Amino acid sequence: MSSTMAPNVSEVGAPGRRTVYSMCGMCAVRCPMEVTVEDGRVVWLQGNPHDEAIGTSLCAKGAAGLYLELDDERPQSPLIRTGPRGGGQWRRASWDEALDYVADKLHETIDAFGGRGVALSDRGGPFTDLTRAFLQALGSPNYFTHDAGCGGNVHNAARSIYGFGHEALMFDLKNTKHLVLYGRNIIESLMVKEAKGFMGAMAAGMRCTYIDPRASLTACKATRYWQVRPNSDYALNLAILHEVLEQEAYDKDFVGRFVSGMDYLREAVEDTTPEWQEPHTGLPAEQVRAFVEEIATQAPHVIFHPGWMTARHKQSFYVSRTALILNALMGNIEIPGGCVLGKPPEHYGRKGLNHLTDRVPAVDEPRVDGAGRERPQWDPAIGMLHQALAAMETGQPYGIGAYFAYRHDPITGLPDSDATQRALEHLRLLVSIDVRYSETGWLADVILPESTYLERANILCQMNGPVPVFAMRDQAIAPRFDSRPAWWIFREILRRMGIKEVLDFETIEELWNYQLDGTGVTVAELRETGSVSLAAAPTLIPRGELRFPTPSGTIEIESGLLEQAGLASLAPYVPKAAPTGDRFVLLFAKTATLAHGQSLNNPLLNERAPEQVLWIHPDRAGPLGIADGDEVEVDGGGAYVGTITARVTPWIHPEAVFMLHGYGATVPLARRAFGVGVADQRLQHGKLYDFDPAGGGNAMTETVVRVTPATPSGGRR
Amino acid sequence: MSTYALHHDEANCIGCRACEVHCKTNKDLGPGPDPCQVVIIGPVDVGGQPRTRFVFMPCFHCEDPWCVKACPTGAMQQREEDGIVFVESSRCVGCKSCIAACPWGTPQWDPATNKVVKCDYCKDRVDAGLKPACVTTCVTGCLSFAVATEVPDPRRERYARALVAEPLEGHEASP
Repeated sequence: MSSTMAPNVSEVGAPGRRTVYSMCGMCAVRCPMEVTVEDGRVVWLQGNPHDEAIGTSLCAKGAAGLYLELDDERPQSPLIRTGPRGGGQWRRASWDEALDYVADKLHETIDAFGGRGVALSDRGGPFTDLTRAFLQALGSPNYFTHDAGCGGNVHNAARSIYGFGHEALMFDLKNTKHLVLYGRNIIESLMVKEAKGFMGAMAAGMRCTYIDPRASLTACKATRYWQVRPNSDYALNLAILHEVLEQEAYDKDFVGRFVSGMDYLREAVEDTTPEWQEPHTGLPAEQVRAFVEEIATQAPHVIFHPGWMTARHKQSFYVSRTALILNALMGNIEIPGGCVLGKPPEHYGRKGLNHLTDRVPAVDEPRVDGAGRERPQWDPAIGMLHQALAAMETGQPYGIGAYFAYRHDPITGLPDSDATQRALEHLRLLVSIDVRYSETGWLADVILPESTYLERANILCQMNGPVPVFAMRDQAIAPRFDSRPAWWIFREILRRMGIKEVLDFETIEELWNYQLDGTGVTVAELRETGSVSLAAAPTLIPRGELRFPTPSGTIEIESGLLEQAGLASLAPYVPKAAPTGDRFVLLFAKTATLAHGQSLNNPLLNERAPEQVLWIHPDRAGPLGIADGDEVEVDGGGAYVGTITARVTPWIHPEAVFMLHGYGATVPLARRAFGVGVADQRLQHGKLYDFDPAGGGNAMTETVVRVTPATPSGGRR
Repeated sequence: MSTYALHHDEANCIGCRACEVHCKTNKDLGPGPDPCQVVIIGPVDVGGQPRTRFVFMPCFHCEDPWCVKACPTGAMQQREEDGIVFVESSRCVGCKSCIAACPWGTPQWDPATNKVVKCDYCKDRVDAGLKPACVTTCVTGCLSFAVATEVPDPRRERYARALVAEPLEGHEASP
C-alpha cells in the first residue's frame, strides 16, 4: 500500500446490507447514529437505538447528512492556493505534494518561531486527544477549542466554583421540577438527547422559566417567559440570589457542608434587591419575588442552566457563575432531579482509554493566550483563540506563524470577520482541514479535504457521564473523493516532520487497540452497538464522600482561582445603556435546521432554511418608518452593511434586533449558500478583541447596530 | 380511510423539521417536493405568553380520495388491504390532476422526475414491519403511527397530570 492511499476499514466496500454504528457529523453535538449501508452506499440514517436517551431519533441536519455525501460542492482533492489569499485561485495537488508543502512551511515556521509558533483550533468535543497530541508532538502548547466564541465563559465559571468544567454537570431533567434557562434555546440550538429529555420532562409537568430578550421557540414551550433587557441577566441573578438569601430558600445543610464563601455572597448581594434590578432588567420586582417563592417549594429539584453558548457580553462569566452558585444553594448537586456529576471510568473501577498525548513528552512552553499562567482563570485545556489571533498580528507575547483550522471556521464563529482575516494574513502557513469550503478555508494556503463522517473512522472517544461510555465513529462507506481521515492526515504531517512514534499506526484498528489496551473492551464489542457502557447502572456519590477539585475542596463562591487572577468572585453589575433612535443591540441565534455556517450549502437544509429576517419591536420600528416586510439596512459600523427584511414583532425587546446566524457566506464554490442573507459576525465590528476578562469569551451581543429603511434600489426613503 | 393513523401530538412538537427531511431522504427526493410538512406559525400571544403552532400536514389518506378519482392513468391508487393512498410512479404521466384535485395540497411535484410523489406512510417500511420515516426519527416522539385503535394519545393523561401539578393555578397547561 502506498503511504498516501486512503486507509479504509476492512469491510467498507462489502456487498449487501450492513449496519454500521457511527456518530453524526452534521454539527458538533455528534449524536450516536445507526447507518444502513447497501452495496457500499448509505441508504438510511437514524439515531442509535442501543442508546436509550436518543433511540432512533435524529434531527433534520442529521438526515441531510445523506446529501452532504452526495454533494459535489466540497473539496474533492488537496488544494494549494496559487493567487492572493481569498482570491479563489487554487490548483489540485496530490496528497504527497500537499503534505510536503505543509511540512516544508511548518519547518520554516518552527525555525523562525519555535514549535510554540504553531496553533490549532477545532470544535472541542470527545476526539481532541488526536489534535492535542499532534500539537504537543510539534512542541506547541497552543491548542484551542472554538470556545472563545461559544462556551468558554460557562466552562471557566464552573471551573472557578466546582473545579471542573460545566460539561461535568449532567441535568437529570426527568426528575426536575423547575428548569431555568438563560437564553439556552434547547429546542432550536438542538442537541437531540437534551431536547427529547426536555420535552419529556415538560410533558410530565416540569416547569420552565425562560429568560431571553427574544421569544425563541423554547420560550414558546416554557411555562414562564421573561423578556429582559439585552445583556441584563447578571442583574437578574444578583437579585434572585438576594431574594433566595432573604427568603432563606436554600439548602442550609448542603451549603453548610460543601459551600464556602457565604459571607462573601451575603455582602455581594446585600443591596441587589428585586427593586434594584427593575431598571436593569425591566422585570417587575414582584415577579422576581414570586419566582423565588415558587422555587422554594420545588427545591432541591430546581436547576439553573448555566448556559452553553455564552460568548455574549462582558459579564457573561458572572451570569454562568451565579447560575452555578444558585444550583449549589438549591442543594441539587449529585441528587436525582439535579446536577449529576459526570464520572470517569475509574469511578466504577474501570480503566479509561489510553491517551495519544501520553506518547509525547509534555510541552512546558507558556501558552500564547496566558491561559493557566498569567490568566489562571482561563482553562489552558480550551484556551482563548482570539488571543492567538492577536499574537499573529502583534507577535506578543510571541509570534504564531502557522495555524491549522481543523473542522473549525473562526471567520464565521468569531466576531468581526474582517479583523479575524487581518490577523490570519500575517501567517506563514494557514491550513484548513475540513469536509467543506469554509470561510476560513477560502483564505488558506492549503485545503486538506477530510473524509466526511460517513466516509471515515475517528479515534475512539470516552464520554464521562452518570455512566461513562466508550463510543465509536466507524467508517460506513469509502470516500467519494480524494479525501482522508484526520488521524491519517495528522500522522502523515508528523512523519514528514520526522516525528513517527506518536501516531505510528497503519490502520485505525491498530490505533483503537492502543486506546483500548488494558480497558477490557474490544473493537469487536464496540462494533456491535457503537458504544460500551462501563457500568451496569449509574450510582450517585454518597453525600459524605462528595469532594470538589477546587483549592479548598469545597464549592467556592469566593474563588481562590479568581483571587489569584485579581478578579472579583462576584463583580458589581455594570449597568447597560439603552440604545436609542436607530441604534439597537444585535442578537443572534440558531434554528434547528442550521448549524452555524456549515448547513446552508446542504441541498436539503438550504431548502429548509427559513428566510432570514430582522426582528424589531413595533415601538421602535414605527418612529423609524419601518413596517413589517420592509427592507432595512443594518450597519455595524464597519465596511459591511447588510440588507434584510424587517419582521416587526413584540416578541423582541425594544432595545434589540435579532437575526439568525449562519448566513452571508462568501465562498463562491458553495453556490447554494453564497451571498444568501446577512452575516451577523460581519456586523460585530470591533468585537474580536472585546471579551469577558474573567471567562475569556467574546462579547458578541454587545454589538450595537444602526437600522435604517432601505429601498430595493439602495436609495434612502 | 386508511386503517392506520399517523398522530401528531402538537404539544410535544418542537418544529425541528426532522420529519420533513427524513421523509425526503427515504424517498430519495431532492429540493422541491415535501410529502409531509410542519407548518410553523408564531409566536402569538396566548395569555401573555408566546406560543407557536406546529401543524403537521402529511397525507390524510382519505376514504374516498379525490386524487385517485382525478388520476387519468390509474397511477394514484388506494391499497385494498389498509387504505393507503399511493402513487405508482411507472404509471404517472405528470399531468398534475391529482395536485389540482386534492383539497389539502398533498400530492407534490418532483422536478427531478417530472412526476408526482406523495406521502404513502412509507408503505415499504410499514410492510417490512417498520414505522414511517417521519415517525421513526422524530426528535421528541411527538409523531406516532399504528392501526388507528392503537395509536397512543397522551392528551387526557397530560391534562390530568397538569391539574395535579398546578392545584392552585388550575388550567394553565393545554391538553
